[in-house]
Amino acid sequence: MKALYFAWVRERIGKGEEQLSPPSHVGTVGELIGWLSGRGDNYAYAFENASTIRAALDRTHARHDAPIAGVREVAFFPPMTGG
Amino acid sequence: MRRIAVTADVFDAAHETQALQGGRTDVGAVVTFVGYCRDEAGTLTALELEHFPGMAEAELERIAIEAERRWPLLGLSMIHRHGLIRPGEPIVLVATASRHRAAAFAAAEFLMDFMKTDAPFWKREHRDGSAADPRSAEAWVEAKPTDDAAKARW
Repeated sequence: MKALYFAWVRERIGKGEEQLSPPSHVGTVGELIGWLSGRGDNYAYAFENASTIRAALDRTHARHDAPIAGVREVAFFPPMTGG
Repeated sequence: MRRIAVTADVFDAAHETQALQGGRTDVGAVVTFVGYCRDEAGTLTALELEHFPGMAEAELERIAIEAERRWPLLGLSMIHRHGLIRPGEPIVLVATASRHRAAAFAAAEFLMDFMKTDAPFWKREHRDGSAADPRSAEAWVEAKPTDDAAKARW
């Protein structure tokens, strides 16, 4: 699946997008965050306060318990500050 | 009429308001809100708005459809800018048209409250970086709990 990162999540990880191939036991948004956090200090830093991180699956807001099976694009970003 | 726009360009609020009313004779009320970039007592040189292209437009549309479901609107406009925005420039516009003012006022507040918490935009402040300002020259704006509270009342 394709992963997109925005704002300080993007800056901390050091890239705006990448292709991910998580192992089959990674079934939810929250588990994906946990798996990513183990990939390096940059990911661990981006996701250090995991509960504050927002996610979107195929451009729709998703909770951390949402399943990722069949999802083509996942996005991670901080709470939004537009308007 | 539903107008949704995510753009880097400055918009003309007066033109947008007039377009929404559109010379119609059934519109009794138009409420317009424009959010501007403040200079924070001279310390802020610009706001930089990052957005999630595609999802930003989709979220604005989803919020607009929900407002249309809740109130008898005759039209609405939502415009949100991205990129570098200077103090004094508009950032966001919400305009609603209805037969009576109550629906137009309520829907405009609803649209703004949801846009702030649900539309994927992120503000970064550019400051003058003077020694008197201990904050970094560029800093992401933190989300405010009051924005979540404003959304929760709906």
